[in-house]
Parts: sequence; C-alpha cells; structure tokens
Amino acid sequence: MDRRALSETDAAARAEELARAAYGRLLAILAARDGDIEAAEDCLADAFERALRTWPETGVPDNPAAWLLTVARNRRHDLRRTAAERLTGPLDDAVRGAALAVVEELDPDAIPDRRLALLFVCAHPAIDPAVRTPLMLQAVLGFDAEQIGRAFVVPGPTMTQRLVRAKRRIRDARIPFAVPDRDQMPARLGPVLEAIYGAYAIDFPLVAGLAPRESLAAESHYLAVTLAELLPDEPEALGLAALISLSLARRPARETGGEFVTLDEQDASRWDPELIESGERYLRRARSLGRMGRFQIEAAIQSVHCARAVSGETDWRALLTLYEALLAIAPTLGARVAHAAVQGRVEGPAVGLAALDAIADEAVQRFQPAWATRAHLLAEGDRREEAVRAYERAISLTTDVAARRYLERRCARVGAMD
Amino acid sequence: MRYALLIHYPQPAVPTVGQDEINAGKAAFQAYAKALEDAGVLQSAEVLQTVSSATSVSLKQGKLQVQDGPFAETKEAFAGIFMLDVPDLDAALAWAERCPAANWGTVEIRPSAVRFVDGAWTGAH
Repeated sequence: MDRRALSETDAAARAEELARAAYGRLLAILAARDGDIEAAEDCLADAFERALRTWPETGVPDNPAAWLLTVARNRRHDLRRTAAERLTGPLDDAVRGAALAVVEELDPDAIPDRRLALLFVCAHPAIDPAVRTPLMLQAVLGFDAEQIGRAFVVPGPTMTQRLVRAKRRIRDARIPFAVPDRDQMPARLGPVLEAIYGAYAIDFPLVAGLAPRESLAAESHYLAVTLAELLPDEPEALGLAALISLSLARRPARETGGEFVTLDEQDASRWDPELIESGERYLRRARSLGRMGRFQIEAAIQSVHCARAVSGETDWRALLTLYEALLAIAPTLGARVAHAAVQGRVEGPAVGLAALDAIADEAVQRFQPAWATRAHLLAEGDRREEAVRAYERAISLTTDVAARRYLERRCARVGAMD
Repeated sequence: MRYALLIHYPQPAVPTVGQDEINAGKAAFQAYAKALEDAGVLQSAEVLQTVSSATSVSLKQGKLQVQDGPFAETKEAFAGIFMLDVPDLDAALAWAERCPAANWGTVEIRPSAVRFVDGAWTGAH
C-alpha cells in the first residue's frame, strides 16, 4: 500500500477518477451473478464511501479497483448471508470463512470484463426503449438519476422511478447477463447501438444553456468507444464509434458569436484532429471487416466532411453516393432531406427541390431541416420570393436561438436582393 | 395567429419535490420564456399558484355561489399559460414540445378566438 498521507480532497479526487474508469467494470462484475443491479449499486456505493473515509489515513491501495471490488463483494455477501440466515439459520463458520477467503483474492483485472453483457442487459428487448440510454448512463458510467434527469429534462424523482422499475424488471424477470451468440447478435446489437447513439443525438439546445453539461455527447462517445473496444469484430459497433468521434470533432466550430454555423461554412481549423484521427481508425477497421451498415455509412459521410480539414474542399459527389447507399438501407426523413441538399449541390437546385418535393412523408411539413434546405435551394435558384417564404416557415419552426439567428440573417440577405 | 399554451399539472401536486427540483424547474422556465421572447413570439406568460388557493364563483344555479377551491376536482389542474403569436399550429407545436412543463404535465394548445383590444373584441388574426 501507498502509505502517503492523503488529504480528504485528494482521496475524493482519486475515488472520482476511479469511479469514472472502473465503475462500470465493477458494477458489471457485482451484478452479473444474480442480475440485481440495484443491490450491486448499493454495495459499490458503500465501498466508495468507505474509500473516502479510510484512504485519507491509509493511503490509496496498490490496486484500488481490487480494494473496492473486495469491499463491495464482502458487503454483498454479508447482505446475502443475513437474508439466508433469516431463512435457514446461521451458516457454518467454516463455510463462511472459505467464502470470504475467495472473496479477498478478487482482482477485477483478472476477471473478464462483464460490461458488454451489462450493455446488452440495458438494451434488452424486454426493457422499455425510453429507459435504455438512462440505464446505460447509470450502470456503466455511474451517473445518478438526478444528473440523468437533467440531461433528459425529466424531474429527478421521475427518472429514479423509471430506472428502479427497469432494474427490478431485470432482476425479477431474470434477464441474463450474457453476450448474445452469433445467431442473435445482429438482432440484439441494433438496440445497443441505438441507445448509445440516442445519448449523442439527444437534442435539447434550448434547455442546454442552463444544464450543467452541454449535452451527453462526451458520455455517448465514451460508451461507443467502450463498445467498439469490447466488440472489435463488429463493424457496426466500430462504425458507431467512428460516427460519434467524427461528429464530435466538429462541435467546437458549430457556433460562433451565438450564431449557428453550417457544416460547409465551419472553420476546419477549429475541428479536433485527435478525434478525427481516432474516428478514421475505427472506420478503417470497420471497413476491413467487409460488412456494410447504417452507422458505417453515416460515419463515412462524416469522414468526407472532415477530409476538408486536409484537402480544403468537400467531395460532394462522394457524399451523393454515400447518401444514396444510406437511403437504400435507412431511409429516415433526416437522411432524405440531407440527400436532397447534396443533390441540389451536385446536380443543381432544381434537382434538389424536386427531391424534396418527392418526399411523401407528411411529417416533412413540420420538419425544420426540410424547410431550411428548401429555402437555401430556392435562394440558390434565384427564386427569392419563395425563398423568403420558406425561410420564414423554417424560422417559425426553429426554437433554437443560434439556428434562428442564422436563418434570419440568410432570409434578410435574400430579401434585400430585390 | 395567437395560440395559448395551457399548462396542466397532475393532481395532487407531488409534495416531495425538493428545492433542487424547484430551482431546476425555475431555471428551465426562465430559459424557455427567454427563448420565446428572443424569438419575438411571446405575448405574455403567467404561472398560477396551486389549486388549493383557488376560489370559484358561479351564478349558474340562479344565486351567487362562492366556493372554496377549484370548480371541479380533476386529475390535472390548470397551472399556467403562455400566449404566443406565431404563424400557424406547426410553429405553436414546435414551441409546445420545448415547454419544460411538458415533462411533468400536459401542454394544451388552443388557438385564440377573439381578444379585447382598444375597447373592442377583435379576431385573433
């Protein structure tokens, strides 16, 4: 043991660092045995609390994760034993001693990582899709319900209730802590990817200004990268890690002076080169596995945009091809509108407008990006009056201040040309 | 076109809401109202005290009745109003979706029919 005296704040800082790095691993190990995430959380919280009390005196143990796991496991055993004693009377001392001896040798690094199983439990088909992402944030990253509630703009007690209900369901219905086998993998991986992507795509810009964190983008990135490291042969898991890394890389340039900046007007020197590099690495590895999928295509689209940081220009034809591929497997409204925008860029505004008109989905009438795209294409085609009307419609559907400012400026510019 | 966003909260109001919750709620409402104002669509906004402080008056039965409490016990009670001036229902919906109250209650959108301006009732348009 490191006998260096630690101040309480040092101990707290060290415990917090560990919490971030080891929390999910420890929780997964503790919960895997009987599927009781709630009990595992309580025991782990006890262990962290004890660390905060004792480490300032004893110093941080050589293997702090093993220390935490041992304390948490002992606590779990104690609780189980008390429950067992109530049912069957006192345990034989010898049996108890043997059980504890095994427990004392625990080293989390020697135990297979169970986080993958934990992620599959969180996104199990029997769990309400709306609670999957919050569950992951809590079980893998150790966030409390209050913090998660803030990110999802849900009151803390409501979020607590949802999480507790989901955890009891996992325990009572005996959802297995297992990684799906090859046959099941394709069907079961999708929801895990969706839940992680959900944390990235969560979009409450209006409320974000007052939330302590801008969004859950960093957490989502952490989960995606963890999943990719745990499933290095699943191209879509790698694709998601690439997609989130590459999108996150451009965040710093997305707003300037309180005004939204479109992708092709962003200052590429403000993009994060390290995130771009790691995103490209995931994408290369995904491609080498030779099984295409939605997240890989979306990542490839991001990769084309990011290439401008080096080449100075955007390969719009490559984007067009990628969007066509994306539409073939995931024709979401957002993808169709983005495709129309790229088509307008490559083949002229009239073609882009025709592509927008061809979208039959009624939701397009209320879809802000569709109106913003239409307005740009109309302005591009010198149909100024219609462009102004489309801008006005887009503005009326925009609740985000930065995006509104941008659209208002564009609209004024087109209007002033008359 | 003027629209009212009518906020309804479940009853009885949760008594266990802590000060942090209340502060978070206030901050969310502050940001929301500010965004409405910045966008130039806010006409007025008002949040009411709880229904326990309500007094109801009626002459329906032919005589004056003053009742301590709301006019009817309901599962959700009216709690506040945002009056917006936006081009159409879709724009009103876009704002209603962002209303913090939608996370713990219901936000009802009602187009205005007439309003009293400069001494006369006029259409809402």
